[in-house]
Amino acid sequence: MSGSRLLPQLGPDNRFFWTGGADGQLRLLQCEACDTFIHPPRPICPTCLSEAVAPRVVAGTGVIDSYTINRQKWHPAMEVPFVFARIAIDGAPGVILSTNIVGSPVDAVEIGDRVRVVFEQQDDVFLPLFEKVG
Amino acid sequence: MATEAFVTGIGQSQIGVRLERHPLLLTIDAIREALDESGLTLSDIDGLSTYPGKTAAPPGYSPVGTEDVMDALRLPIRWYSGGGEISSQLGAIVAAVAAVKADLARHVICFRTVYEAAALSRPQDYPQPRGNGRIDGFPQWVMPFNALSASNWIAQYAMKHVKKYGLTREQLAQIALTDRKHALLNPRALVREPLSMDQYLEARMISDPLCLYDCDRFTDASTVLIVSAGDALGDVKCRPVRIAASAHAAERYSWDQPDVMASYATGRELWKNTDYQPKDVDTVQFYDGFSFLALTWFESLGFCAPGEGGAFIEGGARIALDGELPMNTFGGQLGAGRLHGFGFAHEAIVQLRGLGGDRQIAGDPKVAIATSGGGPLATALLFARDM
Repeated sequence: MSGSRLLPQLGPDNRFFWTGGADGQLRLLQCEACDTFIHPPRPICPTCLSEAVAPRVVAGTGVIDSYTINRQKWHPAMEVPFVFARIAIDGAPGVILSTNIVGSPVDAVEIGDRVRVVFEQQDDVFLPLFEKVG
Repeated sequence: MATEAFVTGIGQSQIGVRLERHPLLLTIDAIREALDESGLTLSDIDGLSTYPGKTAAPPGYSPVGTEDVMDALRLPIRWYSGGGEISSQLGAIVAAVAAVKADLARHVICFRTVYEAAALSRPQDYPQPRGNGRIDGFPQWVMPFNALSASNWIAQYAMKHVKKYGLTREQLAQIALTDRKHALLNPRALVREPLSMDQYLEARMISDPLCLYDCDRFTDASTVLIVSAGDALGDVKCRPVRIAASAHAAERYSWDQPDVMASYATGRELWKNTDYQPKDVDTVQFYDGFSFLALTWFESLGFCAPGEGGAFIEGGARIALDGELPMNTFGGQLGAGRLHGFGFAHEAIVQLRGLGGDRQIAGDPKVAIATSGGGPLATALLFARDM
């Protein structure tokens, strides 16, 4: 699938997220006043309305919250099947990342499985994908 | 000032795929039918409302906007609205209700025109707009992971139901099977062939647990409802149906952050806005662009508890035309075609007026619900023939 993915337009709000993987670290926006994680990133904390928000490195592990196995080729270059999943990120309460599960057969994925981030670079974007651990 | 809003006329164009007829003319076909039914004339129309307004992408998604209609027909418009940042397709009707209650308009044509099948078949006329190739907004959080279809996003919620509550494919199938059975009785329906359980279970999967028959398909059609102020019914010759309540609510505006879709908060909100109760409802017309969405509306509106939707529709008898809670009596989007939300409101009025012909439910129905949306988008409308 590498090379054929649609990529995000990078800007002041999201550049840290999509390029943070250059050093292998997953980063999420966090409020410096009350520690709330803010995803998708916005320039204000929804809990305390502080504008002191900054990217923080998080563990890069998590749990599969849900998933689907996509089997439809939505364009000719798309390789199927693949797993599209929601990950509840460790240490960042309330944050879900939608992503792909890679490195295991599609039918080996289950809700509750533990996963860790692996980055896939395409152009200037480092996509946070996840693989099963253990 | 009007205190109540009513649906007066309803209309619908032909429903097809790869239609040659101009999408504005399909819209006007539906407007003509609605005017004929209501007894109103073009000079009575002073409001227009649509969803999501005219868009260039995706091709054919919304090829007709308010400006096309108001200028083509030289309508004496005092109020109009068309946009996508609204609580989903039927939010356009909620806006019209607010407008007539505020006396900003007396008679509002609400329309939704879809033309995706035609547009995709004629890319020279309906080209895919070319941007810089990058995406922003919500799609950036799913599309880089090749989740290009809303089926992928909805499937995440459906899989939770499968794993948490034991939803089976045989249970979920009842949405598509019921739709297709009802579509056989609707002369305008797009798909007029029966669908068997075996066919459903053998269908190719699109995005587990959703198979081909759980997903609607591109359709060309226009649907119209006229919303009128309660003190402007003197010229109306058809039997008006009151829009007794509407609702939208969401715990969070997001496709992938919340645990459940916005239909649940919306369902709770609807019952705060009316004295009617679930037991009073004679028929439900539930958005089913993906079958699972209709299942969640039964739970969301309290017809059964969260997680019990699969058991509630199991076997299909309860939601059949002669069941205790007939669903999608026109065939829904899986049978009648992807009318994109408006078909459900249209059919609620058909049933409450007794105009269903072969698909008319028995017992002189007086209360109906229509819904639209998915993910963070959700609108519920309660219609009553009670004044």
